[in-house]
Amino acid sequence: MSVNEESIQSTTHRRTWRDVDLRAVAPFAALALLLIVGALVNPNFISLNNLANVATRSAFIAIIAVGATFVISAGDLDLSVGSMVAFVASLMIIFMNSGVIADPALMLTAAIVFAVAVGGACGLANGLITTVGRIEPFIATLGTMGIYRGLTTWLSQGGAITLREPEIQELYRPAYFGSIFGVPVPIAIILAVTAVAAFILYRTRYGRHVVAVGSNSDVARYSGIAVNRVRTIAFVIQGLCVAVAVLLYVPRLGSTSATTGILWELQAITAVVVGGTALKGGAGRVWGTICGAFILELVGNIMLLSNFISEYLIGAMQGAIIIIAMLVQRSLVRKS
Amino acid sequence: MDPETVDAARVVLEARRISKSFSGVQVLFSVNFELRAGEIHALMGENGAGKSTLVKILSGFEQPSSGEVLLDGERVTFPANGAAEALGIVIIHQEFNLAEHLTVAESLFLGREVTRFGMLDRKYMRAETRRVLDLLGCNVDANALIGSLSIAEKQMVEIAKAISRDARIVFMDEPTAVLSREETSFLFRQVRKLRDRGTSFVFVSHKLDEVIELTDRVTVLRDGQWVKTAPTSMLDGESIAQLMVGREMSSLYPAKNEPDVDEEVVLRVDALSTDYVKDASFEVRRGEILGFSGMIGSGRTELMEAVAGLRHRLSGEVAIRGESVPSGDVHAANRCGLAYMTKDRKAKGLLLNSGMTANLTLQSLGRHARIGYLSPASEAAALERARRRFDIRVRDGNVVARRMSGGNQQKLLLAKVMETEPDIIIIDEPTRGIDVGTKQQIYHFISALARDGSSIIVVSSEMPEVIGLCTRVAVMREGRIVGMLEGDEISEQEIMRYAAGLKKMAAA
Ligand SMILES: Nc1ncnc2c1ncn2[C@@H]1O[C@H](COP(=O)(O)OP(=O)(O)OP(=O)(O)O)[C@@H](O)[C@H]1O
Ligand SMILES: [Mg+2]
Repeated sequence: MSVNEESIQSTTHRRTWRDVDLRAVAPFAALALLLIVGALVNPNFISLNNLANVATRSAFIAIIAVGATFVISAGDLDLSVGSMVAFVASLMIIFMNSGVIADPALMLTAAIVFAVAVGGACGLANGLITTVGRIEPFIATLGTMGIYRGLTTWLSQGGAITLREPEIQELYRPAYFGSIFGVPVPIAIILAVTAVAAFILYRTRYGRHVVAVGSNSDVARYSGIAVNRVRTIAFVIQGLCVAVAVLLYVPRLGSTSATTGILWELQAITAVVVGGTALKGGAGRVWGTICGAFILELVGNIMLLSNFISEYLIGAMQGAIIIIAMLVQRSLVRKS
Repeated sequence: MDPETVDAARVVLEARRISKSFSGVQVLFSVNFELRAGEIHALMGENGAGKSTLVKILSGFEQPSSGEVLLDGERVTFPANGAAEALGIVIIHQEFNLAEHLTVAESLFLGREVTRFGMLDRKYMRAETRRVLDLLGCNVDANALIGSLSIAEKQMVEIAKAISRDARIVFMDEPTAVLSREETSFLFRQVRKLRDRGTSFVFVSHKLDEVIELTDRVTVLRDGQWVKTAPTSMLDGESIAQLMVGREMSSLYPAKNEPDVDEEVVLRVDALSTDYVKDASFEVRRGEILGFSGMIGSGRTELMEAVAGLRHRLSGEVAIRGESVPSGDVHAANRCGLAYMTKDRKAKGLLLNSGMTANLTLQSLGRHARIGYLSPASEAAALERARRRFDIRVRDGNVVARRMSGGNQQKLLLAKVMETEPDIIIIDEPTRGIDVGTKQQIYHFISALARDGSSIIVVSSEMPEVIGLCTRVAVMREGRIVGMLEGDEISEQEIMRYAAGLKKMAAA
């Protein structure tokens, strides 16, 4: 009766691990593994400096992916985020170049508010098209992806849009290159955004509603939840996160073009899935998402530092990661 | 079949000392069970006693932690996930799942499609589907999509699927929970016919009268342990109930408490019509328990969903305490204190992958939120309270709803709706899949609510429930309210007469 003994053993074994959800732990285990691999490949890798660099560079994708966690948990999908970054960033730079406000500090503040508003509005548009227009989110955001990208190309007339005011540039630079108490600003912002998002998703009424809508929208409806409102708000949150990413992006290069943010939607979705959020909705893991974004950047970094894989293969590697992550997720679901 | 021939019959399937644990929690303790050729064997027990688990083990959907299963006297290990079908063993799951996008015929022949010259023989499959459905007195279209069927119709398709497979052994886990008397009797006729041809059935049900009517022997489980196996003829409903709960039972239904005639009318529905429901009018007074009876598909659920704002109405008025409620507005209805409990707990009631707390408080999160922040302590207290109040029995507090026994899911759903503290409550099939002990608790609970001034509408296909509980009973037929019975008129024959269309309300 060896089969039976085996199954008894495995159940007693799982008992000790029962309270830890394997799917929640997996991304962090993968991260730890990567850190070890990286250290073996190149001793410089594990230096605080390098890691802080990696984290800083992951900021855009990480913050966008936090928003994507909401949309995906609610059972939707947003493909337009990459184009939205380009669009919001272009509008923000054009606004700052317009010179409608003389004082640079005031101008910068107004531009920030403006960018956040545009991001929110773009998200709202996505949300309304999917819910009120009753169009599959995949198709709706495929459409707006084209629209935002096209508008950006038109605004830039195919070239680049560059921030011209040196004073504003000077004032704005620290938003990406500065640090607070020794922590680079982008990292601090990732942490802040994630903490707020985690609070909303896990500890507020709205967060529960998102998960309910994502797991079974009929149950949500019968429980008196305004399903369409919940979904629309998730898209708005996604738009706001894109705007925050833009606020970090603009001071870094001070310019945008029609190719800004290309394929970022893919990276953001990858980060979310690698982080353990189910693509079919109903389970969001914000900290896992951050971990996923970090893993993506880390893999690139390791490939760059190692001599035996070409860094031109980074895209292929990231594509492979999402497939591996799905396979791992599924095998964990089967076991539990 | 008389007891002697039953005794002589051969044992086809036997379970010896079966134990089963889930994640270290034991739910079956060394259970013995035997099934003879050509018998209908009832498996009884309280919610969570382990009936479904045993049935799944005997049909190869779960592996026992220890113990053995013998088929025709020989030890077998079933291949995983239902491949036991090749051995002539089929199961009708309690929490069944049909692929929503298939048609009825496709779903009946799923995995054993009939081909002709290499092509699917759709015509034959449709005709065969029609034949089996007709045997069961079920008139759904063979081309209808599963997703468009009501839950009772889905159950009939599931049954048709099982009995069309020429099985030797059929497990039926609460097949009648969502069926009306009418459909049940069609089912029983087929079951008896197949039994007489030598097929063995294991029948799980909480409806004692059905067990006594249909089965040859009864096995009772309590808390995962075997308690007794005996010929049905030697038992009666009361003794089975006692074996199940392990104590003596007082009367199932509480004393009725009729509200005063001058009591305030809290809910008034006037000439309500939807696509199917026509011109339905009724009122409910404070402290009243109003029953809704009728055949499956008579429009009761559609009417209630329209009243609760979950469905748009084409015409008609709904007024709660004189205040008119807009069509299709759940929130307005909820604000006025009206709550609706769905009968479809799997698809519309519970988040199956979430735990008990998330499910319990989903509809009433506002109660646990302070400036948007949900207090874990307050939610935990609510769960503690609900588990006590509704006697929700789980061995592991963190279990997700999917893994709870059917009856405990039902109790959780009821608790969830009651968390909103409604004062007009529409309960669609309140005791679907609930054991007698808990049924009694729920009946007393409903009655106590009414005495405290709540108004309750009970929609039920279980006639005794409506008769034992309600002071007034509306009977629906083909989308219309055809009868409104009061006092002594409330009897099974009278309700049947209206439901079958033999009698109609005089005025109206
Ligand atoms: N997959 C599972 N994982 C963990 N626990 C489970 C699982 N399946 C069943 N259980 C537990 O096993 C116990 C017995 O469940 P089972 O479904 O067999 O009860 P039942 O007798 O069919 O009850 P009901 O009348 O309510 O349908 C319950 O406590 C249930 O929570
Ligand atoms: Mg069961």
